[in-house]
Amino acid sequence: MEVHRHSYDAVIVGAGGAGLRAAIEAAGKCRTAVITKLYPTRSHTGAAQGGMCAALANVEEDSWEWHLFDTIKGGDYLVDQPAAEIMCREAIDAVIELEHFGLPFNRTPEGKIDQRRFGGHTRNHGEAPVRRACYSADRTGHMILQTLFQQCVARDVNFFNELHVLDVAFVDGRVGGVVAYDLATGDLHVFTTKAVLFATGGYGKMFKVSSNAHALTGDGPGLLYRRGIPLQDMEFFQFHPTGIYKLGILLSEAARGEGGILRNQSGERFMERYAPTVKDLAPRDMVSRAIQSEVLEGRGVGNDKDAVHLDLTHLAPEQIDAKLPDVSDFVRTYLGIEPKTEPIPIQPTAHYAMGGIPTNVDGEVVVDPDGTVFPGLYAAGECACVSVHGSNRLGTNSLLDIVVFGKRGGRALVDFVHATDLPELPGGVEADVANRIQSLVSGSGGEKVARVRADLQAAMTEKAFVYRTEETLSSMLATLGDLVRRYAEVTVDDKGPTFNYDLTEALELGYLLDLSESLVVSARARTESRGAQFRTDHPLRDDANWMRHTLATRKDDGTVELSYKPVVGGDYLPMERKY
Amino acid sequence: MIDVELKVKRFNPDSDRKPHWQTFTVQAEPTDRVLDALHTVRWAQDGTLGFRRSCAHGVCGSDAMIINGANALACVVLVKDAVGGGGGTITVEPIRGLPVIKDLVVDMEPFFAQYRSVMPYLVNTDDPGCTERLQSPEERARYDDTTKCILCAACTTACPVYWGDSEYVGPAAIVNAHRFVFDSRDQASSERLDLLDQRSGVWKCRTAFSCSEACPRGIKVTQAIQEVKRKTLFDRS
Repeated sequence: MEVHRHSYDAVIVGAGGAGLRAAIEAAGKCRTAVITKLYPTRSHTGAAQGGMCAALANVEEDSWEWHLFDTIKGGDYLVDQPAAEIMCREAIDAVIELEHFGLPFNRTPEGKIDQRRFGGHTRNHGEAPVRRACYSADRTGHMILQTLFQQCVARDVNFFNELHVLDVAFVDGRVGGVVAYDLATGDLHVFTTKAVLFATGGYGKMFKVSSNAHALTGDGPGLLYRRGIPLQDMEFFQFHPTGIYKLGILLSEAARGEGGILRNQSGERFMERYAPTVKDLAPRDMVSRAIQSEVLEGRGVGNDKDAVHLDLTHLAPEQIDAKLPDVSDFVRTYLGIEPKTEPIPIQPTAHYAMGGIPTNVDGEVVVDPDGTVFPGLYAAGECACVSVHGSNRLGTNSLLDIVVFGKRGGRALVDFVHATDLPELPGGVEADVANRIQSLVSGSGGEKVARVRADLQAAMTEKAFVYRTEETLSSMLATLGDLVRRYAEVTVDDKGPTFNYDLTEALELGYLLDLSESLVVSARARTESRGAQFRTDHPLRDDANWMRHTLATRKDDGTVELSYKPVVGGDYLPMERKY
Repeated sequence: MIDVELKVKRFNPDSDRKPHWQTFTVQAEPTDRVLDALHTVRWAQDGTLGFRRSCAHGVCGSDAMIINGANALACVVLVKDAVGGGGGTITVEPIRGLPVIKDLVVDMEPFFAQYRSVMPYLVNTDDPGCTERLQSPEERARYDDTTKCILCAACTTACPVYWGDSEYVGPAAIVNAHRFVFDSRDQASSERLDLLDQRSGVWKCRTAFSCSEACPRGIKVTQAIQEVKRKTLFDRS
């Protein structure tokens, strides 16, 4: 295994929406390497479907304050309000900028960017759904990813494709570099750099039923966590209501934005009982719980009565073709169902991590409750926690998050790089990665990556999903103990240097196990129900004790230490969350 | 569950001098994806099997391969459809025209270099101000089909001309040029058409329609190429 050395002003890890937007900001301003374990256009931003909200008011009255209110209420008041204000205000310029970059938005008859309804987005503080989501059919994320990549090509951004970043090096309390594994050759690459921005996306592959790509294993938060950086609000993981039955593939909320209705066994539009005003367009946490309740109370559909129906049959066929073409194709391909004439069986699917690497509004990683910045360390997008989504993200706000905070993070990174010298990296920073690889390749344990991973995913889906209790979470911790022991016995079949996915999947599983533990420990300690975390044994929100963010830190002995920091409030005081 | 024979064309650069076929027997649900069957091999039988994948539902473009002789994404073809006429055997090979690195993994660099060569980005030097540029729904519809491209290379590596001439930019690059040439907001169509008017450009196309058949996104690739040819000849505004 050879070790190659590089030197750059800045490194961006991950080339989805957040990483690419940061790369555009840094292009031409400092020598930047963008490292991705895939090719940029394979990133999971491309799977986002429905839209990106901004109060353009192109089709009806709207204001960024209303968007802000919806974001805070949707996040069940765990949102840091100044950060969310920045996101909702800058949303408008962010959408316009994407249009100027060439993004092919759907248009109104006047030629402006068209907008449609989306869950939890309302006019005038909850009066009625509002048309706020800017979109491009049901492939908005694809268009954002392609457009940002096109702009990177125009700026000659320096990509390192299929290099898998596995460690970060700190020198004298600041960032010094990263260590990456080259999929094509099996070599290691050490990048000396002044600053690193992590934009590695989510980690939904810890669950069995998941909308997430295979690549979403939380490498960025995972490797930082091992280096002592805390992770914030890990207990808040979003379960999207409409995953394709058993497969978990996402069917966009746009299906309900366009008029789709959820129905139980008897055909009842059950959301009328749970959210009388906005019905099927309630936020995702509420809709997912409603679906689980229907199933648990025996009103599900399917052979095991463990799904409900998404009904599009009353929509005009032309509307389905024009506005929901990809969603319809997924249903035809994977279920063999024609959505124009038959209802679609769906169930909640693990979708989005609200928690992650704690940052301020400039993407700088903050490592304690006082907001102390770790010099040279940045994060943006799903792997980060600003916190603009609180305990439950509203639909479309993830695409907004990646472009707004990708840009802000990129800008802050450039400023930092211009005021900083290149650090001196000590020799041997690659030793830990080399050792991990060595032990997986030459170990003698008989355990297999896929078995441990499948057991992790099944257990997390059984014990840490939509509904949780002290009992299920304690049981999950015990299971994790077993899984970690089994992981130490994993040996890979493939001993070669070339595209050894057996090895990289094993390395990824290590991060998934660590992140699962941080999630479960954080969830178990939070004895309340808020947003995406619902504790059956503590069913109410408890503002007196829990209006605070969780920070999970991994100690040297491997235990998880929890600390807390206050939510940053603003104009909106917590109120009961009804829709 | 049914038994499926998965016949895979394999090549390991560290030990093989030339590719060889290996057959695996896997259990699969008829509604499983071919990708799931490949995973069953890698995860339970032979960890050395190399193939790329990520989203597993046809939007990221990682897993283009030849399945039963035709280019497709392994995550979009279901086992029941793949075994349909094949007597229970599914054959899987790497896409053609790009160098094979290992098993089903090919070198994508030439493909992306060809993509980059056609200026695949919006060029407009006017100051747009602080609002969106207007574009009518009809103008937007004009290039809709080619915005769907996910750069999976299924079209380019299905093209018989491309197999024999790696200088040809190939269908995917032309699709991505088309996406801007027909965008009412773009101002560089003439430069792009000059690039495609060269020897390596659109005139290499022999209208075999293989690209359109191969596209997993249903893009009318051959039609897009013909539209670019026509514009190159008759409409250089």
